[in-house]
Amino acid sequence: MAGFLDSIGYNDWALVALLLIPLVGAGLIFVVGRRNAAAGDERALEDPGARQIAFYTFLIEFIVSLGLWWSFDPANPGWQAAIDMSWIPTWGVRFTLGVDGIALMMVLLTTFIMPLTVLGSWTSVRTKVRSYYALLLILTTGMLGVFVARDLFLFYVMWEVMLVPMYFIIGIWGGERRIYASLKFFIYTMLPSLLMLVAIIWLGLHARDATGTPNFSYDNLLSVSSVSPRAALWLFGAFAFAFAVKVPMFPFHTWLPDAHVEAPTAGSVVLAGIMLKMGTFGFLRFALPLFPGAAMNPTVRNLMLVLAVIGIIYGALVAMVQPDFKKLVAYSSVSHLGFVMLGIFALTVQSVQGALMIMISHGISTGALFFLIGMIYERKHSRLIESYGGIARVVPMFAAILTFVSLSSIGLPGTNGFVGEFLVLVGSFRTYPVFATIAATGVIFAAAYLLWAIQRVLFNPLDKAENIHLPDLNRRELALLAPLVAAIIWLGVYPAPVLRRMEAASQALVNRVEGGAAVAVSEPVAVR
Amino acid sequence: MNFDLSLPGHLAAALGPELLLMGGAMLLLLWSAWRPESDVNQRQVGIASMALCVLVMIAVGVYAFQGSTAGNGVIAVDNFRWVADEIFLIATIGTIAMSLDYNPREGILAGESHVLLLLATSGMMILAAARDLIIVFLGIELMSIAIYVLVGINRRRERSAEGAIKYFLLGAFSTAFLLYGIALVYGATGATNFGAIAANIERLGLATSGLLLVGLALLVVGFGFKVAAAPFHMWAPDVYEGAPTPITAYMAAAVKAAAFAAFFRLWLEAFPSLLTTWHDPIWWLAVVTMVVGNLVALAQRNIKRLLAYSSIAHAGYILVAMVVGTSLGSSAFLFYLFAYTMATLGAFAVVVAMGAPGEDRMGVEEYSGLWNVRPGLAVAMAVFMLALLGFPIFGGIGFFAKWYVLQAALQTPAPQTRLAVILVLTSVLSAGYYLYVVMVMFMKPRASTAVLPARTTGWTSAVVWGTAAIILVFGVFPDALVSFTKRSTLDVAKKAAPVVTTR
Repeated sequence: MAGFLDSIGYNDWALVALLLIPLVGAGLIFVVGRRNAAAGDERALEDPGARQIAFYTFLIEFIVSLGLWWSFDPANPGWQAAIDMSWIPTWGVRFTLGVDGIALMMVLLTTFIMPLTVLGSWTSVRTKVRSYYALLLILTTGMLGVFVARDLFLFYVMWEVMLVPMYFIIGIWGGERRIYASLKFFIYTMLPSLLMLVAIIWLGLHARDATGTPNFSYDNLLSVSSVSPRAALWLFGAFAFAFAVKVPMFPFHTWLPDAHVEAPTAGSVVLAGIMLKMGTFGFLRFALPLFPGAAMNPTVRNLMLVLAVIGIIYGALVAMVQPDFKKLVAYSSVSHLGFVMLGIFALTVQSVQGALMIMISHGISTGALFFLIGMIYERKHSRLIESYGGIARVVPMFAAILTFVSLSSIGLPGTNGFVGEFLVLVGSFRTYPVFATIAATGVIFAAAYLLWAIQRVLFNPLDKAENIHLPDLNRRELALLAPLVAAIIWLGVYPAPVLRRMEAASQALVNRVEGGAAVAVSEPVAVR
Repeated sequence: MNFDLSLPGHLAAALGPELLLMGGAMLLLLWSAWRPESDVNQRQVGIASMALCVLVMIAVGVYAFQGSTAGNGVIAVDNFRWVADEIFLIATIGTIAMSLDYNPREGILAGESHVLLLLATSGMMILAAARDLIIVFLGIELMSIAIYVLVGINRRRERSAEGAIKYFLLGAFSTAFLLYGIALVYGATGATNFGAIAANIERLGLATSGLLLVGLALLVVGFGFKVAAAPFHMWAPDVYEGAPTPITAYMAAAVKAAAFAAFFRLWLEAFPSLLTTWHDPIWWLAVVTMVVGNLVALAQRNIKRLLAYSSIAHAGYILVAMVVGTSLGSSAFLFYLFAYTMATLGAFAVVVAMGAPGEDRMGVEEYSGLWNVRPGLAVAMAVFMLALLGFPIFGGIGFFAKWYVLQAALQTPAPQTRLAVILVLTSVLSAGYYLYVVMVMFMKPRASTAVLPARTTGWTSAVVWGTAAIILVFGVFPDALVSFTKRSTLDVAKKAAPVVTTR
């Protein structure tokens, strides 16, 4: 396989192609849709148009991205499939892309989930169909761009580019309080992003060459380590703030329930499955390696760990009392992402790998949960747990899959959720036994809220007459869920290929941060 | 070529584009006056005016590419001036194009309205060139008097007349400040030429002279009025609301740009040694303007008033480039002006397209569900809003403009980090109202009683799509523009990069 990929020069164009294909698809939707525009929205929905184009575009995207799996050399912790082009030379900005073990998995996760989101929106999105799928496609370019950018300027542009399509997706196709939710989502993300922008410019100027041209190249910034500890702390703060809101960490999480609940199904899936990972990815890629001294400062580190653990427990407790199933899953994300943050800041190879595993498996399991909630909502138009009950008898397939996915989300051994949480707890127990112990209770809470919810939805007496005629999953929905279930089993039973590809990058990250922190500590801290 | 400005012939040559514009404007004035007032006449004069502007743009381009220079005379011959001129001329063309559709709708049949725009533009070009306080005054008056008339040109409308009176009174008031400031500066330094003022301050040690300080303060107030910087912005929303929409666009884009260009040059060329002393007042002026403009804009529900306050906020961002006061600051300033002018023109063109006779339908709520009935207009407006917000890719060049200003602020010998942080925090505030417009257009349902806006006609839609295309194309490939403005810095700023204390 690798030989074949080499023979078509795969590594030279793969990443550019991944960024361009969705844009081409989006353009295509409008070209084709223009012909049908006169027929009105209902016709456009029936026409072999937007949905199909979006689906096949995403499918092509996924197939193209799969090549990375084989062409990737697991032993190499550096950039692969790297691309370097000129963009804005006057400002020292280059269009540079590349993947390492961490980014690779995030890219594959994205391209894996996106075709499914089209299937998930197949019948539920009925207005402005063309624009909806075009926005999904553009959103994908933005998300992939964040993962593969090697230039901080490019990274920032992509980071912001994601925001607008999601804002429209929530605001136009969302639920009742969509306008409030979309604005909250936008402002919450934008405020810290702009502070990060100032930090990025500061860094780029700090690394400027003799002619005064700034330099935003990630690799270059890593090697320029002369930022004073004081400045590093501020810069770390700006980056960490932006990422912490995106994760979301405990005090900054309030946008999440609103956005997740109000977004249309595909929006929730993308938010939970991929966009939350931007935050943790940002920590791994930028905040930690660029400012190891600040990140490993005991106060900062403990603060982050405490917030992570609070997030785990708090998210689980709040999830337990939610009457709204979708909101319950939204809060469970806060809890899961707390594990990721714990793994990242515990900073052992195991815990970092575990964090990465949770990032992947949360994307799959929570994505599947949102899909399932979307399917049942389409049938009954209620997300309240109490409006269901005992429906396992009416919709057995739905019930089976929901139970299975929930178990994977809880972290049952043999499913994907177990691998990540286990690695995080084992890894962080070595450095932070207390935090790890408290966090472990979060797993129990997770079992409590999800199993309780399932019981109330699926297994209590079937006491609502209108639920008796709920139709079970159709073939499209099964086709959508099958890959997710397969991924859950595969990652749970045989995660080794995934772990192997992430190992070198995780090891390199841990070494770099610990090495950088050691240097930073030995420097005298200027007191002003 | 190198102009020797003490020779009349050379001086005239150095003012070539201005003279061409004025001469052409006079001819058009006669042509327009000769014929009966009619829509056809108005239209023909307008098209001829745009053609004249294109001609002048070409002339300016020729001067710029010849790389002409001049000694230290009454006017400057440098790239800063040429780039500013091009921005004014583009804004003028856009304004005239909008007026062609707007004027007949409002019953303004006077072809002279276009000619007045040309005269105002020639005043602006003089402002951009001015290197002497007397010339600055001349340019300001030439520009302002034409605008006073234009604001009130729709004399049948009460609002328009009210705006005109308000603008005239306050404008005259601010001109008095300016004039008094000029007099005091002259009294203190014995010179009106920028270079001579700088030299005399240096030579006579006038940095702490009370007379000079008062004069400078008055100059700041005068320019503060012209650029609508808080707390001298009170006139702007009322006047913007009352003026005919194309004229509002012109005022928000070009008039502000011209006043800033003159202010910037005066500041950097005449008072380089005072930058340290004056750093704090200008710093505060920028901060107050950003905060006030953005905060008050949040409460606006009339699109013209909203854009008026947005233009005040942008004056604050531009002042950041002034605080920086380096050569990078001056190129960031030009880049920002270009981006801001494009987005403002486009946004007002949408307002013109959405308007109905008698200037009603100015509430933002009127735009509800615009996406469903006029998707093109709604998308274009969203681009302009995001550009003003400074959002990458979707807001195109607006992001790069903000980036450039931030970069300039952080690349001084003493980085203006706090100012940069305040700038970004206030732009988060601005998301509140820019997104409000976007939200209304895309997310609110259209009221069943709402009147369908008329299909956008040729000239206005040309402005909408032209500006949107420029914003988006330069928003992906900005390098040509960046390197262009980078070569267009103020000379003196290059010579004496001021050392500014941290704040």
